[in-house]
Amino acid sequence: MPNTYFTLIIIGMFVVTFGIRFVLFASAHKAVMPKWLESGLKYVPVSVLTAIIAPMSVTDDSGLNLAISNPWFVGALTAFLVGLIFKHQLLTICVGVATFFITKLLTGN
Amino acid sequence: MNRVLENGRRGALASLPMIIGGAPFGLLFGSLASANDLSIGFAIAMSSIVFAGSAQFVAIGLIAADAPLWIIVTTTFVVNLRHILYAADFVRFVKHLPLPLRTIMAFGLTDETYAAVRPMYDRGVVSLSNGHQVYLGSFLAFYTMWNITTIIGALAGEYIPGISEWGLEFAMVATFIGIVTPYLKSTPYWGAFAVALMASVVFRDLPNNTGLIAATVLAVITGIILERHTRTEHAYA
Repeated sequence: MPNTYFTLIIIGMFVVTFGIRFVLFASAHKAVMPKWLESGLKYVPVSVLTAIIAPMSVTDDSGLNLAISNPWFVGALTAFLVGLIFKHQLLTICVGVATFFITKLLTGN
Repeated sequence: MNRVLENGRRGALASLPMIIGGAPFGLLFGSLASANDLSIGFAIAMSSIVFAGSAQFVAIGLIAADAPLWIIVTTTFVVNLRHILYAADFVRFVKHLPLPLRTIMAFGLTDETYAAVRPMYDRGVVSLSNGHQVYLGSFLAFYTMWNITTIIGALAGEYIPGISEWGLEFAMVATFIGIVTPYLKSTPYWGAFAVALMASVVFRDLPNNTGLIAATVLAVITGIILERHTRTEHAYA
């Protein structure tokens, strides 16, 4: 494989990746967004973070897995409940991770 | 100057669980690159110049399959498209900053830094005057980890056995849950959460993160609709 192929991959990937991240920031000082959109965007953090982790938490290779032998599900559910009740981020992380590894150890999954 | 460093430290600290959770992926990326006979220089260039976790893995797979350049670049575009949502949401916090600073911040706009710093504005622990310093701390900490682990992985030469099965990535899951739960106080946020959960599971096999984007957009729309609905009800109450 010629070296230019690899150089072009780096350049091409950089251009699209940085382009996506930069295009709105570039004109941020004069950007005017419709009110409904600006207010709607506040739902992005909850939506995207949930959508990233939900499939890992409730499914495995065979599909939906809501069993107490699934460390991902048990850890995520525990973290979720701790988070809802105590609303304390560090506590949520620590209890969730501990539950995950304990379940993993106990079930061997 | 001390203030700046202190804010940067806060950003790095807030990203720590995700740095731990991301480290195996950096090692894995470096070792996969070398397992596919790609040079260490190429692996480092990917992590330091492109700096886009999941897209880097997809690219290695495509290179191994002898994909043409345009396929690699368009796939990268689709995989990273979700970042435009982050940018749209973040514009309000950067519009007062000078262009060079916005340029650096855009380069560092990853899932992790967005997740770590964005909610701090809502909780009131950062403001328009210091949020960017916290952001840069998070970005630099994550960038350093990503590049160091890439180099170690590439030097280790071969596939590090079973590292993806240790479950260190669960740190990221727990962190995101810790970020999401404080938002769940009203119907629109619960609605967005529920739709994101169900839609992302249903769409999980769609290629190149398009399921993630579709689920996110549906969830945001749900939030907007429920918010309108709640407001109308209050107007008549």
